[in-house]
Amino acid sequence: MKIIVLLKMVPDVVEELELAADGKALDTEFLRMIANEFDNHALEEALLLKEKYSGTVTVVALDAPEVDDALFTALAKGADQALKITDGDGTLGTRAGAYRLAQTLSSVPGLLPADLILTGAQAIDDLDGLTAPLVSHLLGLPQLAIVTKISVDTTAGVATVLREFPGGVRGEYEVKLPAVLGIQAAEKPPRYVPVAKVRAAMKSQAIQSVPAATAADGGVGLLPVEEMSKPEVTEHAQMLKGSPEEIANQLCEILAARGLL
Amino acid sequence: MAGNVWVLAEQWRGQLSDITYEVLALGKEVATALGVDLQAVLLGHEIKDLARSLGEANSVLYLDHTALATPVPETFAHALTFAIRARRPHVVLIPLTNVNWELGALLAAELEVGYVNACKDVRSEGGKLETRSLLYGGKMEAIVNPGQSPAILGILPGVRPTDQGRADAMPPVEELTVDLLETSSIRWKRYLEVEAGDIDISKQEVLVSVGRGIQSRDNVALAEDLAGALGGAVCGSRPVIDQGWLPLSRQVGKSGVVVKPKLYVAAGISGAPEHVEGMKNSDLIVAVNSDPQAPIFNVAHYGINADVMDVLPTLTEAVHSRKEVKKHAA
Ligand SMILES: Cc1cc2nc3c(=O)[nH]c(=O)nc-3n(C[C@H](O)[C@H](O)[C@H](O)COP(=O)(O)OP(=O)(O)OC[C@H]3O[C@@H](n4cnc5c(N)ncnc54)[C@H](O)[C@@H]3O)c2cc1C
Repeated sequence: MKIIVLLKMVPDVVEELELAADGKALDTEFLRMIANEFDNHALEEALLLKEKYSGTVTVVALDAPEVDDALFTALAKGADQALKITDGDGTLGTRAGAYRLAQTLSSVPGLLPADLILTGAQAIDDLDGLTAPLVSHLLGLPQLAIVTKISVDTTAGVATVLREFPGGVRGEYEVKLPAVLGIQAAEKPPRYVPVAKVRAAMKSQAIQSVPAATAADGGVGLLPVEEMSKPEVTEHAQMLKGSPEEIANQLCEILAARGLL
Repeated sequence: MAGNVWVLAEQWRGQLSDITYEVLALGKEVATALGVDLQAVLLGHEIKDLARSLGEANSVLYLDHTALATPVPETFAHALTFAIRARRPHVVLIPLTNVNWELGALLAAELEVGYVNACKDVRSEGGKLETRSLLYGGKMEAIVNPGQSPAILGILPGVRPTDQGRADAMPPVEELTVDLLETSSIRWKRYLEVEAGDIDISKQEVLVSVGRGIQSRDNVALAEDLAGALGGAVCGSRPVIDQGWLPLSRQVGKSGVVVKPKLYVAAGISGAPEHVEGMKNSDLIVAVNSDPQAPIFNVAHYGINADVMDVLPTLTEAVHSRKEVKKHAA
């Protein structure tokens, strides 16, 4: 089975986010980029499927700061091939939205066809769409997003897929391969790989660079952002201050006043 | 003439979701500002009666087909694309829940127009639309002016109060016949219900909720101790459930349970929109987070900017000793 994983770099939101001078984007200079959490789940699911049914896993990412680390980490975890789509200045992945990603991917020579294309159910910077449905449409393949479980019947070429609904309910579908699936959570938490193994991958394996296709987007594509800002806070929490004991006592007072203690 | 404002009336398993009313309330404002009608669009099979509850809209467009009896996103996208091409609305508001997660993007791709995801508000001034999307886990907002028509907008839960979108009026219903092929590449099988947990967190008065900040399964015990002292239960955010530290029946949020306890303690939870929609209506929210910028502090009533590992045990102890004092005083 040939599996492709689409991986996107996004800002680590644990760090403070700063705005660029034009107020329309994040200031990329101080951003720490990490692989999108949901894409990591997609990679994990791909690796689990490979272990179960055998096959290959190809990870594809748009060029962005720290992307090499993410790709070597994927190789160290067991991916067979890593592709980086470049546009010269290394910032493609910080600017491209889901639409551009989808368009770019479908134009990488030799990449397709694959049995499964997996990506995250969402990314925290998905302003212009969601990757799985957009890629599926551009490739004319069936899709489901918010997927939490995949099992494959390789001879019949179909996958049984669980997709989330509200309240913990899941829906079961039968999907003909090839298909695009947006992964919400892999069946197991993403595996950990020691730094030494990533370093070894850096020495023994290589990332292939592929130039980005110019987006033939006929007006559709990245939406121009008029303004970006931190959310206006209408009601911010009242912060409790002091030593841990003082804070605990203040909170107990508050709870007692409300009859909760 | 300018096209109308459409709201996709979200129905799931034959019931309208609350978000339908929230988005109708928003749609009404946008339609009024644009000077056009608000239409609700209802897709499904043998659910025409639901249109009666959509009185906030000037009218309801109803598409019935056997293929719409089961939740295959592509089939819904095909039906809605057909309706949009036939009627040319100016704005289409899609409730962003797990039910219709992919719909907006599929629709925009089929129609070859842009899509704006995760809108927390939509306004219209002088005929121009302005959307405000919540990005980066709730840490940033982006303003976009979707130029083309139709503007396909994915709307987050909670944009307006649910009650604002309910009206007693009986809207006129128009049926639109749609030809649909059931897609051969995706076959719906069945729903798997959530395994009943030991407790129903939606019925608890006190919830201590843990997020990724709790760091390990062992540390969940710290939250259990506090919940025990307060007479409540432990629940959590998605990563905690995905790690298997708590069962699925304890997940709060979009894919989990919506809760409204008297007290909700959010410990090591960042406050991503998908979590917040499940707990924002709690009577009292106390957040503990080591990041002073965490969006959860915009939702909480009281905030503690500290390490959960320090706060939880100290708080548990304080609650116990207070109860002791009370017992002696009684
Ligand atoms: C379709 C869909 C449905 C979803 N449904 C849900 C849902 O139902 N419920 C849900 O919760 N999520 C849901 N999510 C996921 C959601 O987007 C977030 O990823 C998730 O809520 C983040 O959980 P978290 O806050 O625990 O983790 P994080 O966002 O990683 O936050 C961890 C927080 O802990 C803080 N922290 C770290 N260490 C400490 C410490 N020692 N002391 C104090 N604070 C600390 C950090 O500052 C950070 O703010 C859904 C996503 C999608 C795409």
